Amino acid sequence: MADTGSTFDEMLARSDQPRPPYESYFQWFANEDLKDLRRKSREAEAFFRRIGITFNVYGQDEADERLIPFDIVPRIISAREWATLERGIEQRVRAINAFLHDIYHRQEILRAGRIPKEIISKNTAFLPEMIGVNPPGGVYTHIVGTDLVRTGENEFFVLEDNARTPSGVSYMLENRETMLQMFPELFSQLKVRPVSAYPQLLRRSLADCAPEGLTDRPTVAVLTPGIHNSAYFEHAFLADQMGAELVESHDLVVENGRVAMRTTQGYHPIDVLYRRVDDDYLDPLTFNPDSLLGVPGIMDVYRAGNITIANAPGTGIADDKALYSYMPDIVEFYTGERAILQNVPTWRCSEADSLAYVLDHLSDLVVKEVHGSGGYGMLVGPAASKKEIAAFEKKLRARPSNYIAQPTLALSTVPILSKAGLAPRHVDLRPFVLVSPNKVEITPGGLTRVALKKGSLVVNSSQGGGTKDTWVLGD
Amino acid sequence: MMLGKTAGGLFWMFRYIERAENTARLLEAGWRIALTRSDGESNEWQSVVNTAGIDAAYSAKFDSFDSGSVINFLLRDRDNPSSVLSSIEAARSNARMVRTALSSEVWEAVNECWMEVKSALARPVSERTLHELLAAIRYRTSVVRGALHGTMLRNDIFAFSRLGTFLERADNTARILDVKYYVLLPSAAFVGSRIDNVQWEVILRSVSAERSYRWLNGGETTPMGIAEFLILDKRMPRSLAFCYSKIGENLNWLANDYGTRHESHTLADRICGQLNGTTVNTIFEEGLHEFLTASINDTSTLASLIQTDFRFYQ
Repeated sequence: MADTGSTFDEMLARSDQPRPPYESYFQWFANEDLKDLRRKSREAEAFFRRIGITFNVYGQDEADERLIPFDIVPRIISAREWATLERGIEQRVRAINAFLHDIYHRQEILRAGRIPKEIISKNTAFLPEMIGVNPPGGVYTHIVGTDLVRTGENEFFVLEDNARTPSGVSYMLENRETMLQMFPELFSQLKVRPVSAYPQLLRRSLADCAPEGLTDRPTVAVLTPGIHNSAYFEHAFLADQMGAELVESHDLVVENGRVAMRTTQGYHPIDVLYRRVDDDYLDPLTFNPDSLLGVPGIMDVYRAGNITIANAPGTGIADDKALYSYMPDIVEFYTGERAILQNVPTWRCSEADSLAYVLDHLSDLVVKEVHGSGGYGMLVGPAASKKEIAAFEKKLRARPSNYIAQPTLALSTVPILSKAGLAPRHVDLRPFVLVSPNKVEITPGGLTRVALKKGSLVVNSSQGGGTKDTWVLGD
Repeated sequence: MMLGKTAGGLFWMFRYIERAENTARLLEAGWRIALTRSDGESNEWQSVVNTAGIDAAYSAKFDSFDSGSVINFLLRDRDNPSSVLSSIEAARSNARMVRTALSSEVWEAVNECWMEVKSALARPVSERTLHELLAAIRYRTSVVRGALHGTMLRNDIFAFSRLGTFLERADNTARILDVKYYVLLPSAAFVGSRIDNVQWEVILRSVSAERSYRWLNGGETTPMGIAEFLILDKRMPRSLAFCYSKIGENLNWLANDYGTRHESHTLADRICGQLNGTTVNTIFEEGLHEFLTASINDTSTLASLIQTDFRFYQ
């Protein structure tokens, strides 16, 4: 479908010989019995179901818990490759935090004319309520999940910055757990860097961002929309692994200038709230008045500096697709360095010249809604029918500023285990980044999402994508 | 420190597990009696429905008490909020809510219980497969309890789980006795009559106590003996006295740990005191039915006091 014929395969590149990071694995695989491996693959599914790693699908009552398919062939990244990614991600995340601080304070970047004012002022992801607010520790994006894609040996691109509430880290952890149980011998052969410390690091990182002047160990809670949310498993998993309380909005009140949770012994104040609800649903008094999910008054407590909200409200402006094309400028403006990781070339349909180009090349491009997510509302030109393109063109002409367009990248492939053996499938990568006042920590690995359908470029779990364990090799 | 919601979730999770198990026991008893009788079987199935306390829901759907309807209504009907399937689903849903308070063994046990029961009850159940199915339900719920005992800290999480279990169990035992109390009354006891023996057996089997009763009473089955065994005998893990001693124990643990006594403590103390200070003769003199009705009401009051005292919902 969308294959251009010049796809980079991370295991085999363009030859029969594995690339260096995959050498040991490839050798091991050659000696394995395919039947055994397929049996292991089925065992993995039973294991996921038993421990309840499921995601909910909205509007499907009976079968409302599904598994994300898991592929047992790991994605392997060399130490050298990882070192570059790590530097690039850290640079980008530091720039994003500096940008957020600036945009909610003096707005130097607008004064300098590096990005247009309207892109901020007319953006719903920009929260005027955050102007002048100083988040505890100066951190805006405590947790970031940078989406990366690869097109060649040294070609990595940032696809999205996911600076709001990135999800998927529970899969990173459980995928590894599953692989350790199924293939212990591989881990003794290869030096795979561990990821299991993530929950402890997350807890420490959040605690380091607690409001100043606390005498006790900070109380950390995870705010979930509830058991019907698609990522509920992850919310419960993280709370459990961190030893934090898992709360819903009806467990919380604002009392004596603090946010407090209802316990069996009365109300107990919370210092750090890792919220997994959107800005809109955070405080019905400040944002969406119809929200039943929020905590009335929490924004007042926040502005008074008495609670840390992770990620800070209003961080969405940094991963807005309209702003994405300015990221290289943003990185340069705040770090004084050139961006280490490339941006995907992007046409802003709000600009007349770009729009004209995009309209002429719809069948070659990927067109995305500025505020869309989860792979919905986008056009993958090369895979679309004439009818779909015509329908999309209408929408695009009606509201050009609502769209950006990018070339269809030849995403790299990593093999999956298919009935016939190894078969290449397109992948992306989401490493998880923790930011505290003094540190940016990136867990070596991340979530590799894989499009299980042959030729497909859409890796989203809501649209038939699966996951793989991601191995970063030690030196 | 524990969220009120979590305490409530644990309490209900274990109430529902206990309820599923009790319903399975009750069905097993009804099925055995129906098997060993050649006449009037429908009467027995009606009494099973009465004992389960779901007359209204059942009558709204069926006109008669045939074995197939009763079995399936008790096991898998979603219109019956106390059916085994509804109970297990509710237990698992509460478990998901309180996932962070459970050890992974307990969570996996309840999740597997749900998966197996759901698939076993996906289609109507015939009498032929009933026995095996009921055994599987009892087995699965036992694994949950076993995991609780083997892997959970003895803290407030444990206390609220146990409170749910024993309140449900006390309610269940009192209801079984109350539905059958007339066969235990001296006036109705044609000693040795076949019908009464069968009814007594139903009572004992519903609480899986037929063998232990015989062990302790040397084979002599009398109405007073049964009532005493199920109400006052602390060796019997489903008797009211046993359940209330456990309820008292767990509430006291909470009082010590939290440093606060609530209304629920006062009521539980009173009920324990009553059970300790009475004899089966006194109960019969003052009226078995009255005693059981009062006990069912007390249990229900205590449950709602616990819910308020420990802020399950507000």
